[in-house]
Amino acid sequence: MNIPKNLKYSKTHEWVLVEGDTARVGITEHAQHELTDIVYVEPPSIGSHLEAAKECAVVESVKAASDIYAPVSGEVVAVNEDLGSAPELVNEDPHGKGWLFKVRMSDPGELDDLLSPDDYSHLIGA
Amino acid sequence: MEVTEQLKRTPLYAAHVALGAKMVPFGGWEMPVVYGGILEEHAAVREKVGLFDVSHMGQVLAAGPNAERVLNHLFTNDVRKMALGQAQYTLMCNDRGGVIDDLIVYRMEPSLYLIVVNASHIESDFEWMNCRANAAVVLENESDKTAMLALQGPNAPQFLTVAADIPHFYIAPKQVFGIECRVARTGYTGEDGFEILCDAGDATTLWEELLKRGQTFGIRPCGLGARDTLRLEMCYPLNGNDMTEDTTPLEAGLGKFVSFDKGEFVGRETLLEQKEQGTHRKLVAFKMTEKSPPPRSHYPITTTGTEACATGTTASRDACATRRIGEITSGTQSPTLGVGIGMGYVEAKSAAPGSKIGIEIRGKTYAAIIEKKPLLKRNL
Repeated sequence: MNIPKNLKYSKTHEWVLVEGDTARVGITEHAQHELTDIVYVEPPSIGSHLEAAKECAVVESVKAASDIYAPVSGEVVAVNEDLGSAPELVNEDPHGKGWLFKVRMSDPGELDDLLSPDDYSHLIGA
Repeated sequence: MEVTEQLKRTPLYAAHVALGAKMVPFGGWEMPVVYGGILEEHAAVREKVGLFDVSHMGQVLAAGPNAERVLNHLFTNDVRKMALGQAQYTLMCNDRGGVIDDLIVYRMEPSLYLIVVNASHIESDFEWMNCRANAAVVLENESDKTAMLALQGPNAPQFLTVAADIPHFYIAPKQVFGIECRVARTGYTGEDGFEILCDAGDATTLWEELLKRGQTFGIRPCGLGARDTLRLEMCYPLNGNDMTEDTTPLEAGLGKFVSFDKGEFVGRETLLEQKEQGTHRKLVAFKMTEKSPPPRSHYPITTTGTEACATGTTASRDACATRRIGEITSGTQSPTLGVGIGMGYVEAKSAAPGSKIGIEIRGKTYAAIIEKKPLLKRNL
């Protein structure tokens, strides 16, 4: 299971890439594997304010709709428009082209609450 | 999951786990929902051939000189229409005409019928049949000692040549790779193929032989996920979702499986009334006409609002008044059609094919249209 070292992780299987004062968010390799074929992504609205650990987006596989939880609080500044026509990118490249949205963090201290790659690896038993 | 302990397992449980299947609870059973991906398993059945474990389904034998009379009392269809070896889709209703279960009956011998029932209903169906039989008959629950595999897809007859002479909706005893089986040309996918019954003890050998020898025909093991998308494209109802004890076969659009001219049967009174007066609601099939999340069961079905609203954007349409006319009972993203599809009950006056409707998903209404069944046309 691919667990990139440069990312931080939530217990609910989102990853965070810190880019200055913004955080890029996606779901992990493990999560996409569990969800299987993703056919629809409903991102948060640009400009909306997210609260850490609250539902903020929906990723849908053929079988079920799954909530995505904001790993950090802040304002949504971008969403991955490519997923509108190619939601399968989340399966194919979950840590890269399958990113979901970017948040301008209102409390970067929240990053300390996230899991390290080793801790996440332990969580999923990889 | 705590309930896992109490779930039943088919004889193929270990084979599924060995193949890396994701196991989920279904109807009291621990079943494979997917091995690789639902989309590729779905495509294998539409284009090549797929193998399903359907051993969770139940088998009941009805035997004796009164069997015909008893089954015609318990079921809506007329078993007298069946030739030897023929299969028949039928429904078992309660006194209010509500569907207890939908089943396939096979006439194995002049006075011996094999009845295949849904997994979660095996005990209750068997009990109901015993309680409500109107004459002496031998009923035997063979479910635990019987395994059932479904081999489905256009390549199935070329692969299982030994069964290729069985006509559609017939069953025959066959030796498959040396194993004594009963092979039926039936299924739940809309594709040509077979449902193969064998002793539970032979199931693993049969499963492994089919997967091994089927490689040249493009065979894949397929889970319940693909089984659901395949059947929904064909608008085959799933009992418990699309039918319950509170909906009737006529409301579900299954009137052709109700034989009023055979005489008395359980539920006849209500059903005849509905046939004469029409039903208040109907099970319709629909397809999304704009990009939307996949429709899913229990989402509301609504009117589209005013015409002016219907031509606006999704956001502006949400401000328009829509009226709830029903609810989705099954929905998914159709792998073959590439759009959201589903079925649901709507009020009868809004049920005509071609009617524009709305599907409410997380507070937003998306445009859809009622279509004729099946949603996917196959040459079967």
